[in-house]
Amino acid sequence: MSLLDVKNLKVEFETADGVVSAVNNVNFSIDEGKILAIVGESGSGKSQTVFGMTGLLDHNGKATGSVMFEGEEILNLSNEKLNQIRAEKIAMIFQDPMTSLNPYVRVSEQMTEVLIHHQGLSKSDALKQSISMLDAVRIPDAVNRIRMYPHEFSGGMRQRVMIAMSLLCRPKLLIADEPTTALDVTVQAQIMKLLADLQKDFGMSIILITHDLGVVAGSSDDMLVMYGGEIMEIGKTEDIYSSPTHPYTQGLMSAVPRLNDSEERLTTIPGNPPNMMKAPEGCPFAPRCNYTLDKCNSDSPVLAKVSDNHFRACHVAKEKIS
Amino acid sequence: MSNQEILEVKNLKVNFDVRSEGDMPWTKAKKLKAVNDVSFSLKAGETLGVVGESGCGKSTLARAIVKMVPAESGEVVWLGNDLLGMSSAEIRPYRKQIQMIFQDPLASLNPRMNIGEIIAEPLRTHYPKTPESDVQARVSDVMNKVGLLDNLMNRYPHEFSGGQCQRIGIARALILKPKLIICDEPVSALDVSIQAQVVNLLMDLQEEMDLALIFIAHDLSVVKHISTKIMVLYLGNMVELANSEDIYKAPSHPYTQALISAVPIPDPSVEKNKDLILIEGELPSPINPPSGCVFRTRCHKAQEVCANEKPDFKGLSKDHSVACHFHD
Repeated sequence: MSLLDVKNLKVEFETADGVVSAVNNVNFSIDEGKILAIVGESGSGKSQTVFGMTGLLDHNGKATGSVMFEGEEILNLSNEKLNQIRAEKIAMIFQDPMTSLNPYVRVSEQMTEVLIHHQGLSKSDALKQSISMLDAVRIPDAVNRIRMYPHEFSGGMRQRVMIAMSLLCRPKLLIADEPTTALDVTVQAQIMKLLADLQKDFGMSIILITHDLGVVAGSSDDMLVMYGGEIMEIGKTEDIYSSPTHPYTQGLMSAVPRLNDSEERLTTIPGNPPNMMKAPEGCPFAPRCNYTLDKCNSDSPVLAKVSDNHFRACHVAKEKIS
Repeated sequence: MSNQEILEVKNLKVNFDVRSEGDMPWTKAKKLKAVNDVSFSLKAGETLGVVGESGCGKSTLARAIVKMVPAESGEVVWLGNDLLGMSSAEIRPYRKQIQMIFQDPLASLNPRMNIGEIIAEPLRTHYPKTPESDVQARVSDVMNKVGLLDNLMNRYPHEFSGGQCQRIGIARALILKPKLIICDEPVSALDVSIQAQVVNLLMDLQEEMDLALIFIAHDLSVVKHISTKIMVLYLGNMVELANSEDIYKAPSHPYTQALISAVPIPDPSVEKNKDLILIEGELPSPINPPSGCVFRTRCHKAQEVCANEKPDFKGLSKDHSVACHFHD
């Protein structure tokens, strides 16, 4: 049984200009101890997918469908129950650690609070555990640094604090929303290595949301590619990189400049990302696609099997795409 | 392409005064060496890539070249004239030859001006007597050049996407027909597919107009793609300068090596099996930089001499220089 099973997830926002559909019929599952990457450009709905799953949507958002976590439905549970789950079983870290930490409160207090509130530990036990968790994320001199305020840490160290905090209750699933986007490459390498090590030590699953195809290649088991709120392609990371079968995935792969290659000119995807206010009727990628057929503009393609564990949503036969 | 050097920067230093809390008014401010002894030269049609972690002085270097921040010492020789010694009136004729593009495309455009006005502004400032019809013609010409339809002239910046805003910024930089464009992280805020469009556009324009570019970015793969030569900065110091091919094939400074190894390669079979050179620890404070070699506190090759002696910036070959006692 998979740890998390998402079926027909839809996220819609009620706005002054009408209903915006941010996520459309998303299906995926993640097994225990695996890393799933969600890849897409800004506005593709990757963050809203996980916000919808975990009940963190803005007040005008609405999620429908089904999200089974450890065999139980968690979509649209009461806040009370969701808080319990989000504290103990599903943890999240975000792009900008400074905005997720309270600048007025010492790190020690922010960390122990979690343990005292959710696990009923005494203050001194909670402090001990927090310090050992800071050690686990390799913050030097944790005993003293835990008394500091968030602004006294550098960006990379702050992200480590966030990771430590999210792991305090030993979650089954860690959702990392662009965890390294705001960091330098050298620090990014440190943090990704740390996440991989922790994933092994704690045996948790990770959903990694990112737009960086390099990061995905280095760390994930499976990946799903989103565009315009829909899944374009989903499968094993190795399979998708070695033989991308969707025109968007291919475009994305060839648009990245590579260090280990020297190409004269970057391949581009013409046009601009879709405006979700007036989502296209058929395939969201049709206006930018090189292979568009007539029905692409009217019918939304459904995910179809390419091989075991590899699915794509495209009307064009995969042999025709090169 | 001409072979003339158009820009020569010699021993450029930029210091900032930093006062800390609790200092008395008469306490001398501490000096933060943001750019320390940087020298390079640039020919027409060439691109210099500048890379380094945040806080290494990339942007300050760019700003010092156009005198947006005052330099402490050194020379910026532009077509034979030292810009740093000039008064603001004397420098004005040269300003139109050097233009800048910034990172946040929307923030660098005035939200209350329509894009026709934004793009025309440099022209109206430097050539106030240009007849209005000529201005319009130049604006629509330059808009076509960067791939914008000229019937969008009356729209406002918020109506455009990030990639289009960056094109507007490029159009504004191009309208004066500059010889050098300084691009400060021009594609960092853009999505991959849009980033490729903007990079290709810059390279096409460069070829067409024989432009020189200074391209600042933290994404090494983009820098490698666009640059002729690359400078690696660390804490305001040049650690390596070489042709873009050489620096990736044979990086000789330990910092460059670590930086390159940290860049994730979008190929699982390569990325999951590569030997990562991790730099431990944090960037030291630039107010109180390490003695000797600035990188020694995080360097795996560091020995005693590194703490005592600052390594010279010496040439390995004609186009490859490095500042390290134990370079490869």
